[in-house]
Amino acid sequence: MYLGLIVLIPLSAVFLKTAELSWAAFWQTVTTPRVLASYRISFGLSLLAASINGVFGFIVAWVLVRYRFIGKRLVDALVDLPFALPTAVAGIALTAVYAENGWIGQWFKPLGVKIAFTPFGILIALVFIGLPFVVRTVQPVLEDIDRQIEEAATSLGASRWQTIRKVVIPTVRPALLTGTAMAFARAVGEYGSVVFIAGNMPMRTEITPLLIITKLEQFDYTGATALAMVMLIASFILLLFINLLQSWSAR
Amino acid sequence: MPNFISRLSHVPAHQVTVTEPPAVRRLLIFTALLFLGLTLFVPLAAVFWEALRKGLDAYGAALVEPQALAAIRLTLLTAAIAVPCNLVFGVIAAWAIAKFEFRGKNLLITLIDLPFAVSPVVSGLIYVLVFGAQGWLGPWLVAHDIKIVFAVPGIVLATIFVTFPFVARELIPLMQAQGTEEEEAAIVLGANGWQTFWRVTLPNIKWALLYGVILCNARAMGEFGAVSVVSGHIRGKTNTMPLHVEILYNEYNFVAAFAVASLLALLALVTLAAKNLVEWRAQSAQAAFRQELDDTEGLT
Repeated sequence: MYLGLIVLIPLSAVFLKTAELSWAAFWQTVTTPRVLASYRISFGLSLLAASINGVFGFIVAWVLVRYRFIGKRLVDALVDLPFALPTAVAGIALTAVYAENGWIGQWFKPLGVKIAFTPFGILIALVFIGLPFVVRTVQPVLEDIDRQIEEAATSLGASRWQTIRKVVIPTVRPALLTGTAMAFARAVGEYGSVVFIAGNMPMRTEITPLLIITKLEQFDYTGATALAMVMLIASFILLLFINLLQSWSAR
Repeated sequence: MPNFISRLSHVPAHQVTVTEPPAVRRLLIFTALLFLGLTLFVPLAAVFWEALRKGLDAYGAALVEPQALAAIRLTLLTAAIAVPCNLVFGVIAAWAIAKFEFRGKNLLITLIDLPFAVSPVVSGLIYVLVFGAQGWLGPWLVAHDIKIVFAVPGIVLATIFVTFPFVARELIPLMQAQGTEEEEAAIVLGANGWQTFWRVTLPNIKWALLYGVILCNARAMGEFGAVSVVSGHIRGKTNTMPLHVEILYNEYNFVAAFAVASLLALLALVTLAAKNLVEWRAQSAQAAFRQELDDTEGLT
């Protein structure tokens, strides 16, 4: 009942509002060049960010599970920071650090690389918010791996690299994929941390959620809803995909 | 030399090493820390650095300014409504899903997950569509002079939407794992439904519940996208802390923006600390429980 009130009724509003449009009008709204460019930015950069998180998230999880170093517990706790830190705070902090006069941005300026207010900046924000998904799904699986299997592989003459490639990676692959897919899903819809660092230039650094807000501010409710519909469908498909991955990894 | 030998004797001769050479290990630790440093630690430090850039006085002044205080009050109010709502709902939903069989159960689980997958902007938009001036209930609301969207109730509703999976998600797997045996035993022994809940179910789930509430609260206070769509950005009235940060930042009032942001960052750090404490307590509680089990098994 509560769920119905809070979730179902508002969600069905999106479908009904979209239904006010004819199919052709809907299609036209969601495929204008500016909208298409925003899909490319949102989905393309999210995919790239999720892949980066897949690689580095795995390394972070591996280091946290297998090695000992000073401050490990603190680092382990701080991995969840992107879950706990409000996205607006993350957005202005990343912008401050990666702007041309920021702590990190100033080192890239002499190289002619601008980070904040370019797609590169969006990428960094998306990496930030997606990281804990990968680390936190891979970590428990790595902890559960039976070290004896690795020992067996090694005593049978496998090199360390072969052991990792043939024993460790296949075991964590489902979890790694699930985490990466979750990071991707989160990145596609992300708004707060991106708007500050993106610069929000139409066609270049404008993400789809921002375009929805822009349309709302112009009182173009149908246009905003049509775009929301596209994003909702994308989320449904991703959710379905993630559930499939999870049942695969449960096997 | 004797020391060296005794240390060697601890290592069984047949043991094979299953770790990487020290150089590789150091390289990996360095890579992981560098990556985390660039993406997490440096930006976190930057929040406090920027906030305190003009000294403590400017920092304090930015926080006690009336609009900032109003934003803090609204954020606290929103969390004070949203968190208890989702606490009650989360327990009920998890209870229903874990302890009973009914049709549409999988659909219910998917629906609970949905707010995690939907873009916060879309979450806000759906409330505008229902309650906005052009929305379904819009004309009726206008006729009765009730404001939901671009007012406090809309902010609370949107916050409830984006935060409601947290408690339920934490409880469902735990309650499913615990099964219904203990409750059944309590009822057989003559406890009524309430007593069973208070004395049996609640103590079993308290750590997961607390964990869910902590995460739910952090998100409720920090939500930006969804709230931004429904708030209307009226200063001093419908501005939550994250929205206030945005306004100050866009006005190039960086010290004030980062000062308010630093409060939210502190909240995040407290959340992480509390979360780790709860995890730690839950683990030791579990260990104690296992110990107890082993002891009783030893007796029989």
